[in-house]
Amino acid sequence: MEKFKKITSTAVPLPIEDIDTDQIIPARFLKATTREGFGDNLFRDWRYDNQNTPKPDFVLNNPLYTGKVLVAGKNFGCGSSREHAAWAINDYGFKVVISSFFADIFKGNALNNGLLPVQVSEEFLAVIFAHIFADRNTELEVNLEAQTVRIAGTDQVEKFDINQYKKTCLINGYDDIDYLLSLKKEIEAYEKTSKYLSLVNQSQEEVEA
Amino acid sequence: MSTSDKKTLFQKIWDAHVVTSIPDGPDVLYIDRHLVHEVTSPQAFAGLEKRGIGVFRTQNTVATADHNVPTINQHLPIVEPLSKFQVDKLTENCAKFGVNLYGLGHPFQGIVHVIGPELGITLPGMTMVCGDSHTSTHGAFGTIAFGIGTSEVEQVLATQCLMQNKPKTMRINIEGELASGVLSKDIILYIISKLTMGGATGYFVEYAGSAIRSLSMEARMTICNMSIEMGARGGLIAPDDTTFEYIRGREFAPKGEKYEEAVAYWRTLFTDEGAVFDVEYTYDAADIAPMITYGTNPGMGIKIDETVPNLADIKEESNKASFDKSLAYMGLHPGESLLGKEINYVFIGSCTNSRIEDLRLVAQFVKGKHKAPNINALIVPGSKQVEQQAREEGIDQIFREAGFELREPGCSACLGMNEDKVPKGEYCISTSNRNFEGRQGPGARTLLASPLTAAATAIAGKITDVRELI
Repeated sequence: MEKFKKITSTAVPLPIEDIDTDQIIPARFLKATTREGFGDNLFRDWRYDNQNTPKPDFVLNNPLYTGKVLVAGKNFGCGSSREHAAWAINDYGFKVVISSFFADIFKGNALNNGLLPVQVSEEFLAVIFAHIFADRNTELEVNLEAQTVRIAGTDQVEKFDINQYKKTCLINGYDDIDYLLSLKKEIEAYEKTSKYLSLVNQSQEEVEA
Repeated sequence: MSTSDKKTLFQKIWDAHVVTSIPDGPDVLYIDRHLVHEVTSPQAFAGLEKRGIGVFRTQNTVATADHNVPTINQHLPIVEPLSKFQVDKLTENCAKFGVNLYGLGHPFQGIVHVIGPELGITLPGMTMVCGDSHTSTHGAFGTIAFGIGTSEVEQVLATQCLMQNKPKTMRINIEGELASGVLSKDIILYIISKLTMGGATGYFVEYAGSAIRSLSMEARMTICNMSIEMGARGGLIAPDDTTFEYIRGREFAPKGEKYEEAVAYWRTLFTDEGAVFDVEYTYDAADIAPMITYGTNPGMGIKIDETVPNLADIKEESNKASFDKSLAYMGLHPGESLLGKEINYVFIGSCTNSRIEDLRLVAQFVKGKHKAPNINALIVPGSKQVEQQAREEGIDQIFREAGFELREPGCSACLGMNEDKVPKGEYCISTSNRNFEGRQGPGARTLLASPLTAAATAIAGKITDVRELI
């Protein structure tokens, strides 16, 4: 996983609430067997009409708005657990998603892929949107080490929460799986002492025998 | 027992599965059962391959093909090349890694959340995961079951464990008796309409109360299935005699003495009197009516005889922004009644409502009747075993005579990954769990409802209150 410490970038505003992962990447694009290439279909049905012509009123088709930060309305990433949503956002070139509320599974998926979900207050989200709409060149500074998001060149800043373990993983580019693999002995010890496990697992083997 | 010793059902199961805890970090949670399907697993298997490691516990891992499978001619090769590729990839990965696969052609094949319970793979007190958000279904047995992303699928394949932060706990009590014509699908649509689609984010929900206790296992699964639709990581119901009877004799369930020993343990799985939840809600079952959604998320639901709300009626400030956009997509208007609205598509199936009980209910209702000429009615069983059972009980004949098309098992028109889609602009009454924009195909307009409401609508050709017909 790529390391993440700090970025300063212009942002793409998407002030829509309850964006579900079916919108981020529709189901018909989940047939791939690799993690790459999903960016082309990010927000596919909001971005293109039936003839695959870009819809001019959708923000990703608006050349005025670019950047590595996506700013979206409350409850971002709800619905399906598809990690393809995080892959698509990453693949498109975003490194950070800012919202006032994230769905659980999306948040986990994003963190596991080096995409930083930054949860800010509804008030601060409104301030960010207002700045971007007033000046599309507004830059946001997202500092993971300090856990702050600042509107660049202003004193408008807010601290965000992040699980300390996840923060360490992101800063160092560590995956959970590396850590879990290092725990093999503890996991095997757990299996030996779990009475319940032996009860339900042996019975399965008995059936299969 | 002191207050601090009193545990919720969730806490009991969680605590029994913690391998170790990271200070200021997540718990390492042992996973008893891992269900795998073709859509969210290929990149995880590829990850193992890249690391040069295998599946840590193949006996705890079960795979099936469901999202991409066609629902006709399953004996022939899959026509759609990308679907075929993904399903073939699963077959190849399972063979390579020694994972048990119930793929196309196998008598156990079906939707991952239907086959787990029917095969006795799902048992009380377990932790279960799957790369699918509706894994919450299995909570009906008193398991901690939740959906995960592909990176987590890889973690579980590699180590049988997951790093998880303990969620907060919520209890929802439904007390009293349900009215005639009201199903468990209506209970959960009612709850989500009250809590909104983000209302349980960060929580694990326990469903309790006399109305929940009186439900069959299959009805309980419908409720737990949709826990994710209000943002909850999962939902669960304390196991009881209904649960134990359902499990008895199933293919992979403990048998004989083992079963008795297991039941003795399962009987300890309940929330202690006086255990504290972070939040608790209680609703009166008598207030629940047949429900229907009007918008583009499952929280936008009303009683079928209510009208589409006005913006001013939307309580949550944050939901107002989506309201106009939703209604524009759905082609509906504030104040409009949905009753009598002509509908051309009916879909009965999905991991929410494709079990034998759902098919029986619908068959009982449509027997001797015929669908309206404008209706395309698709019924898709959740598994090969459900399909077989429907045939043995003569349910297939009832559907044929009523003009319904009974297909072969799969996720079908729930999410439009296979050929079963609803055309752009058309309305579909669906027993599935999501009415998101484009969920049943680009431009499709989905109204979520119970199997009985779907059946009544199919017969009348327009949205119908089933209570008027029973």
